[in-house]
Amino acid sequence: MKEVVVISGKGGTGKTSLVAAFAALAERKILVDCDVDAADLHLVLNPRIDRREDFSGGKKASILEELCTGCGKCREVCRFAAVSSVAGPDGESRFAVDPISCEGCGLCARLCPAEAIRFEPVISGQWFVSTTSYGPMVHARLGIAQANSGKLVSLLRHEARDIAEKEGFNLLIADGSPGIGCPVIASITRADLVLAVTEPTCSGLHDIQRVMDLTSHFRIPLMLCVNKWDIHPEMADRIERETAQRGARMAGRIRYDPAVTRAQIMKTTVVEYTGGAIAGDIRALWRNVVYALG
Amino acid sequence: MKIAIASGKGGTGKTTIAVNLALTVTSAGQPVTLLDCDVEEPNCHLFLKPEITGSRPVTILQPKVLEERCNGCGVCADVCEYHALTVMGKQVLVFGELCHGCGACFLLCPEKAIVEEGHPIGLVEEGSSHGIRFVQGRLNVGEVMSPAVIRQVRDRFETTGVCIIDSPPGTSCPVVESIRGVDFVLLVTEPTPFGLNDLALAVDMVRALARPFAVVLNRCDAGDEGVRLYCKREGIEILLSIPDDRRIAERYARGEIIIEQLPEYREAFNRSYRRIAALVSEGRGGANRGKEGCAA
Repeated sequence: MKEVVVISGKGGTGKTSLVAAFAALAERKILVDCDVDAADLHLVLNPRIDRREDFSGGKKASILEELCTGCGKCREVCRFAAVSSVAGPDGESRFAVDPISCEGCGLCARLCPAEAIRFEPVISGQWFVSTTSYGPMVHARLGIAQANSGKLVSLLRHEARDIAEKEGFNLLIADGSPGIGCPVIASITRADLVLAVTEPTCSGLHDIQRVMDLTSHFRIPLMLCVNKWDIHPEMADRIERETAQRGARMAGRIRYDPAVTRAQIMKTTVVEYTGGAIAGDIRALWRNVVYALG
Repeated sequence: MKIAIASGKGGTGKTTIAVNLALTVTSAGQPVTLLDCDVEEPNCHLFLKPEITGSRPVTILQPKVLEERCNGCGVCADVCEYHALTVMGKQVLVFGELCHGCGACFLLCPEKAIVEEGHPIGLVEEGSSHGIRFVQGRLNVGEVMSPAVIRQVRDRFETTGVCIIDSPPGTSCPVVESIRGVDFVLLVTEPTPFGLNDLALAVDMVRALARPFAVVLNRCDAGDEGVRLYCKREGIEILLSIPDDRRIAERYARGEIIIEQLPEYREAFNRSYRRIAALVSEGRGGANRGKEGCAA
């Protein structure tokens, strides 16, 4: 089975619209939305959820007020500034943990002399296995202000690979998140190919260089796509030249077309919405990706 | 006054708003600091082209095992919630990329066989441009602890004057770190189904953090009515609408600043800044603060 992950560095370059188009073009594949804190692929692919599971990203500490003696050890050892002083029922000082700041290390619970700190798994999101008219899809929703998106991404990819193997699919297509941090690293490690989608702007150039640094750090083959290339053709040329010098292969260019937004509004993929030139760009690009996957 | 620029969806125009708002404040004669907290992909510098005058590394503490003291008891691996240590026979292996720097192994090792060393995960750079004090964080490639870099940027450089914080996209820990405790959040979005879906997630986040906020609708004439209807229903103010102007896209592509190149947009940014200042001084964004405010 081959796994291709679409990322971009910079947000809003068209990852999800492109992955949705691939869903319509590819055969025998499973889809994964790895952008777990702002997932959008479901808005186009319209999944029917078959299986729903809670996700626990880790544990969090909470202080039992009736046992807290107010000694302050927890605040002293917490390196994430998650413990603050509150007034107890007797007016004396007690302590409380801010669940949003708590990094889940458990050090306070281990060191509390009064054993007043509970340290238990928390549900930090949900993940789903769904059916779409394009094939199965694995996706998730991370709870608001929750951490550990990387762990959730790894879980989604693992589940998707299992399903693909059981059902004999030979391709996994993943929609990644912006940036180059924790969830992105979790979505690309051990992938067969990263397709980076950029746009012909100063920011697009800057951010794609960081993406290239990342894929070479993890030694993952990279293909590049310049989306909306005709907004600034000289910058498109420059991005292709500079990335090619560093060993990226070109997957293709996609022209600017308001049909991309209209397709999204109609909840369909660009290649189904229009037979125009942009659909040709995307089909050609997909053929190059398939060829590169071997 | 601290104003954070955030968005659920990427590429909606956060950096454009942050840079132009900072210039608006400085043009009004007030000192302003722009903090680029999008440490995975910091872009404000591409527009401001600041002269960087200072740079220092951001480090987190990671364990180093003193082999002569270690007896392989395995306490360090047991207490590490991140599985960053593992004991093979009598040898302890440390996986730095999993370490969150909590200090549990260091403090709980019964043999005092662990010391901590600073491990560089990024940089904080300081400079100035256009009369703006400029600070940016930059995560090293391959590192995952973006929130630690953001924390350093904010802890070291926030001032009592106006601070504008350009935050990363999304709704998870790096964003929370960027907007925690600010006086006002501007959520930038675009009028599309993706923009609406991710705006609603971002609104849930700022409400969970009880921050006052309003929306900036970028490329406001290039989609559908979903975002406007949502804001109306939720009682959320759309503080600024920017049209889908090809000239803005072209200037952005070249790394130019809108209010310098297209002065007709200057008044809209002035008005937005005055409105934010008024809402903050009245303790408002009020209808939007917290869950209870939403019902009012």
